[in-house]
Amino acid sequence: MSVLGQIRLRAERHAKLFRCLRKSASLRLRTKRTDMIRPRDILAFVTLRNELIRLPYFLDYYRAQGVRHFLIVDNGSTDGSAEYLEAQRDVSLWSTEASYKGAGYGVDWLNHLLWLYGAGHWVLVLDVDEFLVYPFCDTRPLSALTDWLDSQGRRSFGAMLLDMYPKGPVSAQPYRSGQNPFEIARWFDAGNLSIRRNAKYQNLWIQGGVRQRVIMADAPHKAPALNKTPLVRWSRKYAYASSTHTLLPRGLNKVYDDTGGEFASGVLLHAKFLDTIVEKTREEMARGEHYAGSREYRAYSRILAQTQDLWCDWSSEYINWRQLEILGLMSKGDWA
Amino acid sequence: MNATATGTLGIVMLCHTALRRAAQVARFWLEAGCPVVIHLDRAVPAAEAQAMRDDLGSHPLLAFGPRHRCDWGSWHLVAATQDACDLLLRQFPQVGHVLLTSGACLPLRPATDMQAYLAAHPQTDFIESVAIEHATWTMGGLSEERFTLYFPFNWHKQRWAFDQFVEVQRKLRIRREIPRPLRPHMGSQWWCLTRATLSAILNDPKRKRYERYFRRNWIPDESYFQTLARMHARAIESRSLTLVKFDRNGRPNLFYDDHLHLLRRSDCFMARKIWPEANRLYDFFLSDAARKLPPVAPEPAKIDRYFELAERQRTQGRAGLYMQSRFPGIDSSASKTAGPYSVFSGFDHMFEHFEHWLGQVTGTRPHGHLYAPERVQFHGGAKVWHGAISDSAAIRDYNPRMFLTNLLWATRGERQCFAYGPEDTMDHEVNWFMATDTNAEIHVIRGAWVLGLWQRAEISESVVAEAGRLHRREQDWLEILQSRWRMARLQVWSVADIRHAPELALKKAVSEIADPVALTAHGTAPLRPLDGFDAYLLALRNAGLAPQVFKNFQGDARR
Repeated sequence: MSVLGQIRLRAERHAKLFRCLRKSASLRLRTKRTDMIRPRDILAFVTLRNELIRLPYFLDYYRAQGVRHFLIVDNGSTDGSAEYLEAQRDVSLWSTEASYKGAGYGVDWLNHLLWLYGAGHWVLVLDVDEFLVYPFCDTRPLSALTDWLDSQGRRSFGAMLLDMYPKGPVSAQPYRSGQNPFEIARWFDAGNLSIRRNAKYQNLWIQGGVRQRVIMADAPHKAPALNKTPLVRWSRKYAYASSTHTLLPRGLNKVYDDTGGEFASGVLLHAKFLDTIVEKTREEMARGEHYAGSREYRAYSRILAQTQDLWCDWSSEYINWRQLEILGLMSKGDWA
Repeated sequence: MNATATGTLGIVMLCHTALRRAAQVARFWLEAGCPVVIHLDRAVPAAEAQAMRDDLGSHPLLAFGPRHRCDWGSWHLVAATQDACDLLLRQFPQVGHVLLTSGACLPLRPATDMQAYLAAHPQTDFIESVAIEHATWTMGGLSEERFTLYFPFNWHKQRWAFDQFVEVQRKLRIRREIPRPLRPHMGSQWWCLTRATLSAILNDPKRKRYERYFRRNWIPDESYFQTLARMHARAIESRSLTLVKFDRNGRPNLFYDDHLHLLRRSDCFMARKIWPEANRLYDFFLSDAARKLPPVAPEPAKIDRYFELAERQRTQGRAGLYMQSRFPGIDSSASKTAGPYSVFSGFDHMFEHFEHWLGQVTGTRPHGHLYAPERVQFHGGAKVWHGAISDSAAIRDYNPRMFLTNLLWATRGERQCFAYGPEDTMDHEVNWFMATDTNAEIHVIRGAWVLGLWQRAEISESVVAEAGRLHRREQDWLEILQSRWRMARLQVWSVADIRHAPELALKKAVSEIADPVALTAHGTAPLRPLDGFDAYLLALRNAGLAPQVFKNFQGDARR
């Protein structure tokens, strides 16, 4: 990349960092427990709205992996999410009524909290329907992975979204609070990804999976991005660009080998397709606070209205990380 | 000196982090009656050091050596070892063998086993010591130069300066003299030496001179004792009793709880490096848990293989896989696709039920035109195929190259056969990709698309225009296939060739994938009847199509 291009990217990063400072004005501190954070703790940063039913399992899942503190922005929940979170001993909570869209789909808020509390820590930036699976996650805690990444001099770890879905109509099996969502959404598309390299940000732009196969079948280029870099050893110089799919400086996005080898990587199991999506879709279409005029949610509503089954004859049923590694969706690289 | 055959084992332990674990291991040795001298890195904060002393309490067999600050690969590691060994030998005359370990080492067998083993080899020094001319594993290509150049810069923190300085010295042909009579040897820094050898090294009259020399070497902790042991030892067994697996950056791989079964199969007495939070490993190996289980036969090759495979996955990856953490450039990996595949162009136009016949003689599930404009023609008209690959043309055409690599990855182990030709959505990039793929086997009948056209449509202006388009597309494709960059195996026939000897051509096209028995049983697919085709061809020519098209139909084009 030319010097000019690099200067532009740096300017973009500084603009992001400045913008998040400005946008942070709308964040109101609800519960602050950040003094509990100790130097080597792994932290999770989350933005959410009306996700009460998902919270118990979500928090427990990451607690078990070794996340020590959750820093959460509640964007105007009305279902008691905020009250529930306030009662958790390892959660610091901010709330805002401001526009999700206006805050760069939450990125500005997260950039701000990351700047304040993330520096020097390994941080996970997540949605409440994303569940990290990494190599050996059944036998080694997350800190084993971050220790190893440190020893390798790596600052970021890639884990793409893998859309999970149930067999039969999405609303047929109701999700109970506290339940493992993948008891219901047990299926996934194993091998239909489209990957392109983004020259500007150096990340891979990954699309595909069930959302392209069924929901965006007639407009595949509009299928949502699946690439993510959720685990980063944060520094105050870093910022998420337009979404949590892209980081700046762009070296952080290079979580792949381009000479034939494999980097270690994980998968974010995406529990989007539960019965809760029906209500969510209705709400989000009314709010119009999502990317591209909530295009994705309009497509969901159309598809779900037909009670179409997302399942197909070649859907794969989830077993464990080793299965995902054999299928080539993630890799242990040389982390033996 | 008390170098007796019945001497006990003494432990020197170099610690800098995870002191709680180090203390746990030290206690293991102390309980077995082995004297322990601990060296605490000077970088360890006073409070932590004190906590460790308090943790261990005072013990008649325990001592702490003088503290040095040990950076990786620095001389201080050797100095710390020397001081600790000196202390151990002086304070505990009963010691016969000294084992050098780190705070992250874990004993894999009961202390009594190790003591019994050493008692059976009272005169033997266990130290990996390889003459530098034979040491091929070293990083950065530095083996002999470790002993003949100067290394004032830190390899980890000042890599650039380190490399530059080495380069400059090479150019200037700088060569430090190796003090006589040293013969440089290298090896693992974790050793087990006899009192006699160790004392001889520590009390060598030329020790000061050697130290001055080794101080300037690179990674002296891998060469000082290894070299000097060669001068003083009576019997060297050149292997380490400590299992260490290095990654390609020269860092030791960590062992975790899930390595328990692997570690039990090691033939070593110690393992390094253990992840400090590996509770199960510490609980298992520091207790008598192993005794309660049936014994396992040592299989060290299994451990080697495990780490070699991981290394290969990192450096070479899985052939034909394109994913989030492996995305090689088009020509940057040895193999572009996951397995061999066959492409047939024009065969379905020339032969009756070609696809069905192909399936019968090869035992595969051949697809139709995977790149047909309307939709993907998967075998049997399936809507979805392995990997949940959709038959939607829109999705396929959005990334046609990955459509192919996805299919080949998802069906690895089963040979893929499909039809492809100018009437398909031909993507320039895909054409190049297949042509330069060693896994591709491409069979083309030049001009067969005209038969396809004939079977489909009467002559009209638009059909003539289409014929021109198809012709140009075929020309472009053949140009790519016949370029000097082709890696695929290629066979090209003209329509005339096929008409001349259909069975021969067909057999040749499937020779590598067909089962000879099935071929005998099913024979070859019959040619489609061509009644009236010549008139069609004539009409097409008179409508003004390029004469090159018609060459494919005139006699044997190769003659």
